[in-house]
Amino acid sequence: MDLALAPETLARWQFGITTVYHFLFVPLTISLAALTAGLQTAWVRTEKEKYLRATKFWGKLFLINIAMGVVTGIVQEFQFGMNWSDYSRFVGDVFGAPLAFEALIAFFFESTFIGLWIFGWDKLPKKIHLACIWMVSIGTILSAYFILAANSWMQHPVGYKINESTGRAELTDFWVVLTQNTALTQVFHSLSAAFLTGGAFMVGIAAFHLLRKKHISEMKTSLRLGLVTVVIGGMLTAVSGDFLGKVMYEQQPMKMAAAEALWDGEGPAPFSVFAYGDVDEGHNKVAIEIPGLLSFLAKSDFTSYVPGINDVNKAEQEKYGPGDYRPNIPVAYWGFRWMIGFGMASFAIGLAGLWLSRKKFMLPGHLRVGDDEVPHLVPFAKPLGPKLTTWYWRIAVWTLAFPLIANAWGWIFTEMGRQPWVVYGLFQTRDAVSPGVSQGEILTSMIVFTLLYAVLAVVEVKLLVKYVKAGPPELTEADLNPPTRIGGDSRDADKPMAFSY
Amino acid sequence: MELHDVWFVLIAVLWIGYFFLEGFDFGVGILTKLLARNRVEKRVLINTIGPVWDGNEVWLISAVGATFAAFPEWYATLLSGFYLPVLVILVCLIVRGVAFEYRHKRDEEQWQRNWENAIFWTSLVLAVLWGVIFGNIVRGLKIDADLEYAGSLWDLFNPYAVLGGLVTLALFTFHGAVFTGLKTVGDIRERAGQLAQRLGLVTVALVTVFLLWTQVHRGNSESLVAMVVAVAALVGAIGAVRAGREGWSFALSGVAIVAAVAMLFLALFPNVMPSSLNADWSLTVTNASSAPYTLKIITWCAAIATPLVLLYQGWTYWVFRKRIGTQHIADAH
Repeated sequence: MDLALAPETLARWQFGITTVYHFLFVPLTISLAALTAGLQTAWVRTEKEKYLRATKFWGKLFLINIAMGVVTGIVQEFQFGMNWSDYSRFVGDVFGAPLAFEALIAFFFESTFIGLWIFGWDKLPKKIHLACIWMVSIGTILSAYFILAANSWMQHPVGYKINESTGRAELTDFWVVLTQNTALTQVFHSLSAAFLTGGAFMVGIAAFHLLRKKHISEMKTSLRLGLVTVVIGGMLTAVSGDFLGKVMYEQQPMKMAAAEALWDGEGPAPFSVFAYGDVDEGHNKVAIEIPGLLSFLAKSDFTSYVPGINDVNKAEQEKYGPGDYRPNIPVAYWGFRWMIGFGMASFAIGLAGLWLSRKKFMLPGHLRVGDDEVPHLVPFAKPLGPKLTTWYWRIAVWTLAFPLIANAWGWIFTEMGRQPWVVYGLFQTRDAVSPGVSQGEILTSMIVFTLLYAVLAVVEVKLLVKYVKAGPPELTEADLNPPTRIGGDSRDADKPMAFSY
Repeated sequence: MELHDVWFVLIAVLWIGYFFLEGFDFGVGILTKLLARNRVEKRVLINTIGPVWDGNEVWLISAVGATFAAFPEWYATLLSGFYLPVLVILVCLIVRGVAFEYRHKRDEEQWQRNWENAIFWTSLVLAVLWGVIFGNIVRGLKIDADLEYAGSLWDLFNPYAVLGGLVTLALFTFHGAVFTGLKTVGDIRERAGQLAQRLGLVTVALVTVFLLWTQVHRGNSESLVAMVVAVAALVGAIGAVRAGREGWSFALSGVAIVAAVAMLFLALFPNVMPSSLNADWSLTVTNASSAPYTLKIITWCAAIATPLVLLYQGWTYWVFRKRIGTQHIADAH
C-alpha cells in the first residue's frame, strides 16, 4: 500500500491534527480558569467593581474557549479505540486506569461546576459561586495530571509487567505510574507552559485595549496580572524544561540526540544553534554550535559525554533487533527550537512589559498616572516615545499567539521524537493501529475531523474577536447584589434569569 | 462475585446514568421542533437543561474511560468495530456541545437558527444511533477469532438494531417531554403533557416489541423481571401524565429507562460483545477484562468518586429546581 496513505500514516496524521488542535484550548482553559477565579476572588474580597467587570470579561472568553476544549477532548477519549485498537488492547490495563480516574474525578468536577458557575450568578451566594469556578480550576488541573501521567507511561513505561500468555502489559504499581519523575516533570512543565499561555493571552488582549485607550481600569489590572503570570510561568517553564530535558537524556537519549541533531556522541558536547543535516548520510552539512553547552543541558556539567543519534540507533538495534530506531530528525530538531524560541520570546516580551509598566512607587512622581490612565512605558528615566510605545503594545498583542505555537511544537517534538515507538522500548507505532479498520474509514474520519475543526476554528476565533472588542460588560443591579440564599432569594417569581442560553 | 463482574455492573450503571440523564437532554433537543411554537419557547426548552447537560454528558465519557480501564478488549472492539457510527456520534457530540454554548453569543437570527437546527438534528441522530449500537451489541456481531469486527457497515442496520434505534428515539423523546412538563411553567407545560400522552402510546408499543424480541433472543429470568418493570413503569408514567402528576411521571419514565437498559445488560451477561460467527470468539467479562490489580485500583476510585458525583450533581439539580417559562428568558446575553 502506498505509504502516504497507509492506515498507520493516516491514523498518525489524524491523531496529530486532533491532538494539536485540542491542545490549543487545553492550556488556555487551565490558566484562564485559575486567572478568572483569581479575579473573582479579588471581587469578593475587595468589592471593587473593576474586578467583577474583569471577571465577567475573561470569564466569557474562558467559556468560549472551554466549550471547544471539552468537545474536542471527547474525540481523544474515543480515538484510541477507533484507530489504535491493538494499542488499546496492549496497554488498556495500565493506560486506561488514569483515563478512568480523569473521567470519574476531573471531568465530572469541571463539567458540573462549570454549569453552576455559568447559570449560578443569581442562584448562588457570592462565596459559593466563587467556589464553583475554583472547583472548575481544580478539575482542569487534575485532568491535566492524570492524562500526563498516562502519556508519561508511554514515554517511560514503569509499574507494569508483560503477561506472557496474553501478550499484554499489566499494571503492577499504580502509585509508581502516577509519581515517576517523567510524570512529575511533565506535569510541572505543561502546567507552567499553560500559565505562560494564559498570561500571554491576557497581556495580548489587555494591550489591544490599552493601545486604543479603552476600558483602561480593567485592562490595566489584567495587564499586570497577565504580565506577572507570563514572567512566573515563563521562568517555571524554563526551569521545568531543563528538568524534563535531563530526565529525557536518561530515558530517551534518542529523542534528545535528535533534538540536537547530534549524530555522533561527543564529550564535551556542543549545543546546536543552526544545523542542516543529511539524514541518509547521518551527519550535518552545516552546523553552528556553542561548545560544551549540550553537556550542561544533559548532565549539568560542561564536559560529559552525550551519545549521538547513530550511537543510540546502534544500541537499540542490539537491544531490540534489526530496524531503524531514528525518529524524523528535522522535525525533532526544529520542533525543539520552535518550542523554546516561541515560548521564550513570549517570556521576554512579558519581562520587558513588567519592567516598562512598573508601578507608581518605582517611578518618579511626574511619570505616575491615575487609575484611569494608560501607564507610561518607562525603560529608565524617560518614558518611551509615542512610536515605540505603540510598537510595544503591538508586539504585546502578537505575543498571545506565541505560546500556542510553542505548545504545539512541544507536543509534536515529544511525540514524534519518541517514534518509532508508541510505548518507548515496548511497543511500536506500526503494531498499534486497528487491524479491522479500513484505509477508507480512517481517511473519512481524518477528513471529517479536519474540515469540522477548520470550520469551528473560524467560528471560535470570530466569536473571540467579537467579545474581545466588546470589552468588559456594564454591571447590572443583579450583578452587584448577588443572592444570599441558595436557589436565589428573589420574591418575584417571574423575574428573568440573570443568564440564559 | 468477582471484580470483573463488579465492573460489568459498574459499566452498566454508567450507561444507565448516561441514558437516564442525557436521555431527557436528547428529548428536549428533539422537542425544540416538536413542541416549541416560537423561538422564545425554544430557548425555554434549551434552558431547562442549560446548567446540566455538560455534566450529564460526562457519564458517557466515564462509561467509555472505565471500559478502557476495566475491559480494554471490549473498548478496542467496540470503538473500532462501530467505526463510522462512532464517528457520526463524535461529530454530533461536538456540534451539539458547541451549539449550546455559542447559540446565544450572537444576535443575528440566522446564526441562532443554525445552532437551533444543529441542536435538533444532533439530538435526534444521537438518540437513534445509541439504540442501533446497543441493539447490535445485544444481537451479536461478526467478531472474528482476533476479536476484531469482520462485518460491514450495512450489517449494523438490521431490523432488530434499527428497531432499537427507534426505541431509544421514542423513549428519550417521551422522557424529554415528561421532563419538560416538570421543569417548565405556562402554556408549554400543558402542551408537553399532551404530547407526552400521545408519544407514550407509541413508546410503549415500540419498547414492548423490542424488549420481547430481546427476551426471546437472549433472555433469562433476570432480564424478564427487568423487562416487566420497564414496561410497567412506562405504562405507569403515561398514567401519571394523564393524572397530571409530573413528578411521578418523570420518576417512572426514569425507571423505565433504567430497567430497559439494565435488561439489555442482563441479557448480555456474561458476554460483553457476543460473536455471531462463533460463540468461542465472543468477548466476555473474563476474556476482555483487565488484570485484578487494575480492577482493584479503579474500584477504589469508583467507590469514592461515584457517590460524590451523585451528591454534587444532585445538588446542581436542586439549585436549579425552579420551573422556567417564557417570562424568565433574559433578553441580553
